[in-house]
Amino acid sequence: MVEQTLHSLSQFLPETTLTITFCISILAGLILRNKPKVIPVISFAGILLATVFAVRQMGSSQAVFSGMIVVDPFAVFFKLLVGSTAVIIFLFSIYSQEVQSTLKRLVEYSSLLVAMTLGMFLMAGAVNLLMMVLAIELTSLSSYILAGYTKEAPDSSEASLKYIIYGALSTGLMLYGISILFGLTGATDVYAINRSLAATSVNSVALLIAVLLIIAGFGYKISAVPFHFWTPDVYEGAPITITAFLSVASKAAGFAMLIRFFKISFIDFNLLAAHAGGVWGLLQGFEWNKILAILSVLTMTLGNLVAVWQNNLKRLLAYSSIAHAGYMLMGVVVLNDKGLAAVLVYFMVYLFMNLGAFYVVMLVANKVGSEDIDSYKGLGYRSPFISVAMVVFFISLAGLPPTAGFIGKLFLFAALLDARWVWLAVVGALNSVVSLYYYVRVVRNMFLRDPEGSTEPIRFSFPQMAILLLLLVPTLLFGLFYSPIVELANASVLMFGVR
Amino acid sequence: MNFLGIGTLSWITFLPILGMIAVLLLPKENRNAIRWTALAITFLQLVAAAFIFFNFNRGLAGINTVEGMQFVEKVSWINIKGVPWFGKIYVEYFLGVDGLSVPMVLLTALISFVAVIASWNIEKAFKGYMVMLLLLDTGMMGVFVSLDFFLFYVFWEVMLLPMYFLIGIWGGPRREYAAIKFFLYTLLGSVLMLLAIIALYFSVTIPDPTTGEKIYTFNMLAMMNPANFEPGSLLAGTSTYWRYLAYIALFIGFAIKVPVFPFHTWLPDAHVEAPTAISVILAGVLLKMGTYGLLRIGYPMFPDAANHYSWALAVLAFINIVYGALCAMAQKDFKKLIAYSSVSHMGVVLLGMSAMNTQGMLGAVFQMFNHGTITAMLFLIVGVIYDRAHTRDLDAFGGLAITMPKYTGIMTVAFFAALGLPGLSGFISEAFSFLGAFQTHRYITIASTLGIVLTAAYMLWTLQRVFLGQPNEKWAGLPDINGRELAALVPLAIITLWLGVYPSTMLDIMTTSVNHLVEFVKQGGAAVAMLPK
Repeated sequence: MVEQTLHSLSQFLPETTLTITFCISILAGLILRNKPKVIPVISFAGILLATVFAVRQMGSSQAVFSGMIVVDPFAVFFKLLVGSTAVIIFLFSIYSQEVQSTLKRLVEYSSLLVAMTLGMFLMAGAVNLLMMVLAIELTSLSSYILAGYTKEAPDSSEASLKYIIYGALSTGLMLYGISILFGLTGATDVYAINRSLAATSVNSVALLIAVLLIIAGFGYKISAVPFHFWTPDVYEGAPITITAFLSVASKAAGFAMLIRFFKISFIDFNLLAAHAGGVWGLLQGFEWNKILAILSVLTMTLGNLVAVWQNNLKRLLAYSSIAHAGYMLMGVVVLNDKGLAAVLVYFMVYLFMNLGAFYVVMLVANKVGSEDIDSYKGLGYRSPFISVAMVVFFISLAGLPPTAGFIGKLFLFAALLDARWVWLAVVGALNSVVSLYYYVRVVRNMFLRDPEGSTEPIRFSFPQMAILLLLLVPTLLFGLFYSPIVELANASVLMFGVR
Repeated sequence: MNFLGIGTLSWITFLPILGMIAVLLLPKENRNAIRWTALAITFLQLVAAAFIFFNFNRGLAGINTVEGMQFVEKVSWINIKGVPWFGKIYVEYFLGVDGLSVPMVLLTALISFVAVIASWNIEKAFKGYMVMLLLLDTGMMGVFVSLDFFLFYVFWEVMLLPMYFLIGIWGGPRREYAAIKFFLYTLLGSVLMLLAIIALYFSVTIPDPTTGEKIYTFNMLAMMNPANFEPGSLLAGTSTYWRYLAYIALFIGFAIKVPVFPFHTWLPDAHVEAPTAISVILAGVLLKMGTYGLLRIGYPMFPDAANHYSWALAVLAFINIVYGALCAMAQKDFKKLIAYSSVSHMGVVLLGMSAMNTQGMLGAVFQMFNHGTITAMLFLIVGVIYDRAHTRDLDAFGGLAITMPKYTGIMTVAFFAALGLPGLSGFISEAFSFLGAFQTHRYITIASTLGIVLTAAYMLWTLQRVFLGQPNEKWAGLPDINGRELAALVPLAIITLWLGVYPSTMLDIMTTSVNHLVEFVKQGGAAVAMLPK
């Protein structure tokens, strides 16, 4: 028993590192009260270290802590994604006025970011429904506070409150669903649920209700329609750094859990060998992927159509991120490894382009004090470099070559057509046309309109530009040479216990 | 045929990118350095195109064989190791030209050169303008030389953004609307094309060049060989539901570019609002991408569907010809008139293509080239008068022949070439197109000839309104056409005359390829006919 725990602990290094970092950050905050700027450095180092430890877990595949958590390529991939996002967010924070203007509370900011990262690391590896709920709660509680971090701004507090209410509701629904599922199968471990479903047939209506309720919990995390209502308000109210973090990391962790829950719980292990090419069959004839297909169509269509009407860049990007959740859900629908690999490719691409777009919004907001689309008028002539970077990020988000966003869309559509989900691919393709319209609205303001008011050039410092390049170069490079991201994705779809 | 270890086609495609970088490095106040750099780059491109023209072996067909392609460059670009459930991904940087693409390469180089001359005095953000123009140039050239579908699609999309900016920033009063309309229309077509590309990708396999195992491919030539289609894949077989659907998806993608009725509504807006040089590029080169794509991709990859829908194409061609001409006749705006005349003239290309025989197809490809040169002249001519009078209202002028004799002279060549006067290039290609189509779609062709009459009518009527009659006092002081404008127009006029008298210069290049394409598509169609009903 002790040996087992010790072994588990050795495989738990990234999470342990984050836990220790969290504690040190808080303690150091108490001791070094007069030097608040030291704390983010400690947290940053901790997250960087945890990410490095996660990299070293690559290739291993095992269950730890009596099967509560697994370490497998799939989990490691998402830890890497979340860790890198957190690292980049810390870099953003250096130049965020919202964060830097509240030096006193920097301790809370950085330690809670660590806690949130820890929650997401756990979400990536959780295989027990209870563990999943706990991980979600840890992530959510930290993000509720961070969303309301700039408490002087009324919309920040509003964001936080809305976030809590919606979060509490969906967690409640999810727990209800889990208890029904527990009643049906007598298990909370997804592997045990699978065994139970394979052995005995259960009431299909009860199963459907349970799954729908659980989807409510996941849907809230990935902001899928109709569980997306919190997204625009929270994204608008929260500090931009937190918004950017939520839009990538939180979504990624939510997807990791959703995919793992559905794949492991309902995969037909007996048929797995019979289906070639990483295609899997479903237990009990329960076609959960059709539910997700509908969810996907609703999510991307509503996200895109509503984004067209937004005049605040943060809200626009919020709806755009809802739409992107819809695109990524398409990859889950096809029930094969190609689809999953496409989702992973998309996430890597999405990390760079979405963070890039948020970073530009932050830099501009620092200088002009507004995220309104009108404040971007003539920006292309006042600050050509970041405007061109913004165009690249937006073109990538819209999915046009030669940017990485195109590769993401290409692999998603490829997975769909390969599995003959032609109608869904057509819907996705048409949606990307709609999305172009609102991205181009911003581009239009930057280049086609003349500046209103000040025409002074806006300059940014060299390190600010360096961070921008860090996101810009991969967005362009992976559009033309995408082998590395595809190979990583292909290697990362493997889950513990599946072949 | 390498220079500095890089092939001719790579040079001709990426020269503008080099020019773009050079322009970016120049200070924006130094307008002369910027314009001469751009001119030098496009001139070098023209030289490279001439090199291809003179060294092109007229006896090789190309189309579906790599042996028949010339100036081939083939390098591995993306090579992702296979995992059991995900085949190997192998994309090549694959360039080559045959008789279909060489006229287009020549046209692109020529029009780009002319466009730089026509952009000589752009006022606003000159540096940005030239950067965008050169980027656009690379995109256009890339489309005509790439033989790998992935590469083709990348070039196809690379054009969109510069075009959006060129119309949107430097265009007329309604530029924003025109630019976004162009962007959205084209993207709509592109995503449908993308889905068709993916469907083709998963249907075609070739042996791996190194290991011999079967791999999926984006190689266009491989997609043309029915034997490469995996049995049971989405697009396997002939005349299946999915094959027709994929063809229609591709067709819409190309049709929006041509533009084929009812996808044409972006064209009048974009052409009218764009600055002169960009209208020249739009009409001269961009429209040809649609028909080129159909000939290069749609026909040989889906011969069954192309044969099946040839009557539909003929009907659409008829609508384009007659409806475009009628719309042109109703215009009061000089530029809009020319824009609609493009719709009408591209209809002739479509009609020739729908013929499915050598005369028709040859006429179609030749008409693509001729329309490129003639319409470029027409737009330049509109630009000349607009620069001076700042109006394009056809009724505002009159008797310009007296005040601007040289201008009227060159304009007459362009107008008569556009309405198909024998002795000028437009006549040859239109005659071939109608001749070919008459054999296949008799009544539609007869009906379409109405378009020729209408074209003569609106062209001559315009000529009369603007250049003949009583001189309008208001325009008495207009200076005649200047040297720079002549430099853009005269080469095009000479080509129009030369090809009208001696069309073999161009026809020789394309005959072998077009013949082969016709045979190839016919055989594909014959296979359909043999299938049990």
